[in-house]
Amino acid sequence: MTFFLQLIVTGLAQGMVYALIAIGFVIILKCSEVFNIAQGHFVLIGGYLGWTFLVPFGLPIWAALLAAIAVAIVMGLLIERLMLRPMIGQPVLAVVMMTIALSTVLGGLATLLWGAEYKAYHGLLPTITMKVGEISIPSESLIGLIVSLICVVLLMLLFRYTKIGLAMRATAEDLQVVQSVGIKATTVYAASWIIASVVGVIGGILLGGVSGANMDLALIGLKAFAVVLLGGVNSIGGAIVAGIILGMLENVAAGYLDPLLPGGGLAQVFPFFVMIIVLVFRPHGLFGLAHIERV
Amino acid sequence: MSVRTGIFHENYAQEMAILNSRGQWGTVAVLLVILFACPLFLSDRMLTILTTMGIAVVSVHGLNILTGYCGQISIGHSGFMAVGGYTSAILCAKLGWPFWAALPCGALAAGIAGLLFGLPSLKIKGFYLIMATIAAQFIIIWIIIQLRSITGGTDGLLVPKPTIGPIVLSSKTNYYYLVMVFVVLATITAHNIVRTRAGRAFIAIRDNDLAAEVMGVSLWSYKLQAFFIGCIYAGAAGSLLVHYVRFASIEQFPFMDSVWYLGMLIVGGMGSTAGAIFGVVALKLLEELVTIAGPVLAAAVAPQAAASLALISQGLIIIIFLIFEPRGLHHRWELIKVYFRLWPFSHQETD
Repeated sequence: MTFFLQLIVTGLAQGMVYALIAIGFVIILKCSEVFNIAQGHFVLIGGYLGWTFLVPFGLPIWAALLAAIAVAIVMGLLIERLMLRPMIGQPVLAVVMMTIALSTVLGGLATLLWGAEYKAYHGLLPTITMKVGEISIPSESLIGLIVSLICVVLLMLLFRYTKIGLAMRATAEDLQVVQSVGIKATTVYAASWIIASVVGVIGGILLGGVSGANMDLALIGLKAFAVVLLGGVNSIGGAIVAGIILGMLENVAAGYLDPLLPGGGLAQVFPFFVMIIVLVFRPHGLFGLAHIERV
Repeated sequence: MSVRTGIFHENYAQEMAILNSRGQWGTVAVLLVILFACPLFLSDRMLTILTTMGIAVVSVHGLNILTGYCGQISIGHSGFMAVGGYTSAILCAKLGWPFWAALPCGALAAGIAGLLFGLPSLKIKGFYLIMATIAAQFIIIWIIIQLRSITGGTDGLLVPKPTIGPIVLSSKTNYYYLVMVFVVLATITAHNIVRTRAGRAFIAIRDNDLAAEVMGVSLWSYKLQAFFIGCIYAGAAGSLLVHYVRFASIEQFPFMDSVWYLGMLIVGGMGSTAGAIFGVVALKLLEELVTIAGPVLAAAVAPQAAASLALISQGLIIIIFLIFEPRGLHHRWELIKVYFRLWPFSHQETD
């Protein structure tokens, strides 16, 4: 039982980070109907940015976080302006290929700047240790949980109370109406890319703080897709719930089934099985809008 | 000039002919002769490049039918190649089958895997299908690792020398001829498949699936047919690759290859047989350029520059094509041909 609860708790913290990354994906999708395959590479860049600002620059944690966010904002802005703006109105394949190409360019930049090496910086994030009964909650997971929660709440406030948040929600609802009342859709797109890249970078720092920054961080993006599909591609709440579910399921499945399988590595493919099952049986996910099409 | 001005079709056979002038027949014949004479004057290294290009051409023809003509985007093509490659490798290495029998079985196995993972396409499209095919890629590779006792897992599997009857295909030259025969066959069949009833159905589904269904094109049947045909090509290419290297390992079928096959299609121009070949040649040449320039750059700038150059250059080339030449090299080639049709008298109708 302790083993099971331990897996659940670890999964919960991991799931919150997945959810955070998935939210970035959902925001872009809702606002501009672009499926951003490169979301995982924002995480990768974030992980390395965290290392850069914490270790060679030696900044305190809050300054490092702010600096990383500043870089993320510039990155999001540039990507939207240079790559996605010409893609408005293009077919799905072209847009998806654009984000895939973006992901390889980001991967290449990470290789060029940081040499694709493993950069460890755990222990630099603040530590809180907690023990509930037999279950120990790892400090990094707790930090991840708290930061993810703060980000989610901030995003909720942004959407609820600011003008740009309102514009973004309106764009998600109906692009034509938004344009006819004089809201600039391109501003909204830029904002959505900025938010997605900031959220990805924060997720990257959180994950980097646990496992160190390495090229595998980009694979988290693939898990985020499973989260998004499970939660429903256009539901932020769904992304959070699905993130937690997937984080827990993955840990439990890997914890119990990995010893039984010869090759192991179930945690790596588990999201894909979830993906296929969701796509076959419930393509719109748990909380997404069902897209009904009949002939 | 071999390009004729005007169309003089007098009967149905002429209307349907792919090559409709002596000049075009001559051009194709000369190209084929050059293709098959290559081993006489090219070095082993060049032959290796041409052979890998040929294998990629076979694979991309399949992807072109599936994605370019039928509009079902697949980013799991390299996974289906793995199914074909491993099936024929296992048949040869463990059961002692001859190469000529194992290759079609590998292709068929990949086709069946394609049918299986194509099933979700009946319900989903666009981005969802992309996700399903990405999942297919990772699940296939994972299953190969799990079946360690027959596939060798992560260690890989040694494959005996391919033989056809008394001929042992051990030298680079022999294998080059084999691959080129496959390339020619694959090109002819790919070009003709899209001219059949099924091919027209694929195009209808790509352009508007609802309208196609209303007109009586069975989405269920034709989408699965597209997956089956596309993956048969992938399986044959995978099998050719495994027997060429004489070793089957999961590193030969990475996820990024699936992405590059789509990239080749975009660079070449989707929905055209010639485009598939253009794309493969262009991106493979770029890859070679990077392999040559890599060490120079690594010495001049930083050791990791070589690895990043490959990623950045390939990503950038796709970005540039998507923004500035979304219809690919094939479209540009057509424009050039139109320009020269009446050259130097530039008065002409444009498309």
